[in-house]
Amino acid sequence: MLRRDMFKAGMGLAVAGALTLGAGAGAALAQDKQVIGVAIPSATHGFMGGLNFHAREAIKRLETTYPSLSFVLATSGDAGKMVNDIEDMVATRDIDALVVLPFESEPLTAPVQAVKAQGIWVTVVDRGLSVPGIEDLYVAGDNTGFGRVAGEYFAENLGEGDNVVVLRGIPTTLDNERVEAFEAAIAGSGINVLDMQHGNWNRDDAFDVMQDFLSKHEDIDAVWAADDDMAVGVLEAINQAGRNDEMWVVGGAGMKEIVKRIMDGDPMLPVNVTYPPAQIATAIELTALGLVSATPVSGRFIIGSQRITPENAEQFYFPDSPF
Amino acid sequence: MTSSATPSVPPTAETPSGTAPAETAPVRKPRRRFGLHVLGPLMALVALIVLGAFLNDNFLSAANVQNVLARSAFIGIIAVGMTFVITAGGIDLSVGSMAAFTAAITILAMNALVAPLGVSVLTIALGMGVALLAGLAAGLVNGALVARVRIEPFIVTLGAMGVYRSLTTWLADGGTLSLNYELRTLYRPVYYDGPFGISWPIIVFALVAILGELAMRSAPFGRHCAAIGANEQVARWSAVRVDGTRMATYALLGLLVGVATIMYVPRLGSASGGTGMLWELEAIAAVIIGGTVLKGGFGRVWGAVVGVLILSLIDNILNLASIVSPYLNGAIQGVIVILAVVLQRERKADS
Repeated sequence: MLRRDMFKAGMGLAVAGALTLGAGAGAALAQDKQVIGVAIPSATHGFMGGLNFHAREAIKRLETTYPSLSFVLATSGDAGKMVNDIEDMVATRDIDALVVLPFESEPLTAPVQAVKAQGIWVTVVDRGLSVPGIEDLYVAGDNTGFGRVAGEYFAENLGEGDNVVVLRGIPTTLDNERVEAFEAAIAGSGINVLDMQHGNWNRDDAFDVMQDFLSKHEDIDAVWAADDDMAVGVLEAINQAGRNDEMWVVGGAGMKEIVKRIMDGDPMLPVNVTYPPAQIATAIELTALGLVSATPVSGRFIIGSQRITPENAEQFYFPDSPF
Repeated sequence: MTSSATPSVPPTAETPSGTAPAETAPVRKPRRRFGLHVLGPLMALVALIVLGAFLNDNFLSAANVQNVLARSAFIGIIAVGMTFVITAGGIDLSVGSMAAFTAAITILAMNALVAPLGVSVLTIALGMGVALLAGLAAGLVNGALVARVRIEPFIVTLGAMGVYRSLTTWLADGGTLSLNYELRTLYRPVYYDGPFGISWPIIVFALVAILGELAMRSAPFGRHCAAIGANEQVARWSAVRVDGTRMATYALLGLLVGVATIMYVPRLGSASGGTGMLWELEAIAAVIIGGTVLKGGFGRVWGAVVGVLILSLIDNILNLASIVSPYLNGAIQGVIVILAVVLQRERKADS
C-alpha cells in the first residue's frame, strides 16, 4: 500500500494514466474473436473498487490464456448509463456474451432481457434481475450466509445478558437479508442488541454513529459493523473513547487492512466474514470457459460466506487489491 | 460606498450598516428586527438542545458535546465560506468533491514526503500547506470561470463537482488512500486533542466563524459581497470591484475547504471516492437555515454556524434517542430546512 502511494505521488499522473490506458487497450476489438462484454458499477466505494480491480485482473489473465477471446469492460455510475453501455456493446461490438452486475435490479431487467432475446449468453452477478430465468448463469455472494456466519460467531462467544450494537449498511433488501440472518443466528442466545443504525457502508458515517453509541451505552461487549469500511470508522471511535479493552468488532467483506490485522492477531478484530469482490472474476472465468469449451457452466453459483480467522487469514489477503 | 444605499435605519447589532438595501429597506419598525427570522434558528437550536438533554442523560456530557462540535467543524468551516459566496449571489456545489480531492492530494503528498523528510512535524506542515494550496487553487479556478469567463456558477461548480469526485476515485484506484501509519499516529492529535481539552477542529471552527462574522459585518469585503448579491449593476456603479470580489469569495471558500481538509485527514487517515459526499448540500442548507438569502444580498455568518449545529444535533439526537426509524433521519432534516425557509418568508408576508 505504502509503496503504491509513494509510487503514484512520485511518478505523477502520467504513470497512472498509462496504466489506465493499458487496461483500456486490452479491450481492443478484433472481428474474428469472440467478444465478452462486462458491465459493472464504477468504483465509488471500497467494495466496488475491489470488484473493478478483480474484473480487470481476470480480463488480463483470460486474454493471455485464450487468445480467441476479447473483452469489453464498461463501468457505469448509474443504472441509466449502464443500460446505454450494454446497448452500445450489442450494437457496436457484437458481443457473444454479457457479464453484468446490475446497478439496480428493476431498471436493468428489460434491457438485459432484450440482450438475451438476441441469443447472447447472459451472466448476472451479485444482484439478481427482477424477472427470474433470464440469465444463463447467476454468480453471487451469499448475503444470508454473510449475516449468519457473523451471528454464529457472536452466539458462540457471547452469552446471556451481553450487549451488542449493530451498524447497518445503506437501506436495501441486501442489507435487510444480512441483518435478518444475523438476528436469526443470535436468537435464543440471550444477547441483547442495544441499537441498530445505518452507517451506510461509509467510514465517516460509521464513525459518527459509533461515537453516539458510545455516548449512549455504558456497557457494550461487541460491535457488528457488517462491512470493513464501517469497521475502520468504528475502531477509531472506540479508540477515541479509550474503550478498546471493553469490546471487539466484526466487520465484513475482507478488506486487506482488516485481514492483515486479523492475521496479526489484533484482539479487537477476532474474525471477519467474506463477501468477496472477486466474485466478478468467478463470473468472467466461467463465462469464458463456457465460450471456449463445451464445459457446461449454466446454473447458479453461490459463493459461500466464510469466516476469516487468524489461522486462515493469509488465504484471504490480497495486498495488491485496492480493497 | 454601499452605505449610501442603506436606508435610514440606525445601525445596531442586528442590522449592520453593510446589509443590503433589498433586505433592510422594508424594515421600518425597529421592534421587528428581533422577529422570528432572527430568533428562529436560535430558538430551534435551543429547542433541540433541550430535547436532547431530556431524551438522554449523556447528551450534555463533555464527550458528546465535544463529539458533536468536532464533527460539525468540517461542514461548519465550509459553510462560513459558503455564506460569502451565496451572499454575493453565487453558489458552489463542488465543495464536497473538492474536500475529497484535497484530502487525496494531501495524503499522497504526505506519503511521498515521508521518504525525503521522514515521519516529522515538517512533513505534516508541508502536507497542510499542500491542502491549503490545493483548496485555494480549486477555488480560484471556480472563481475565474464564474467572474472572468462569466459562466453560471451553478454550471461551473456542478462540472467541478464531477471532475473532483472522479479524480479522487481515480487517484485512489477505486479504493481508499491511506496515510502512512506512523505519520498518522503523529498527525492524529490534530483532530482528537487540543489545548485545555478542547480539540483543534472546534478551536479552528470557532476562529473561522468569528473572523467570518467580523468580515461580513465590519469589513468592506462583507459589504461588497452583499452589495453585489443585492444588485450587481448598482454595486458596479458604486465602484465595487465586482469581478475581483466575486472571485475572492470562491477563492476564500476553496481555502476554507483546505482548512477543513487539514482537520479531516487526521480523523480516519484516509480518503476515497465517498469522502465528503453531499457536504455541499449540507453546507448550503446550513447557510439558508441561518438566514442568508439564497439569491444573495444578505448574509449571516453566525446563522450558518447555528445551521450547521442544528443539522449535526438532529443526527446526534436521532442516534442517541432511537425515537423514530433511522429510515426517517433524512426526512426530519428536510422538514427542518423547509421550516427555516418558511420562517424567512414570514417577515415578507408581514410587511
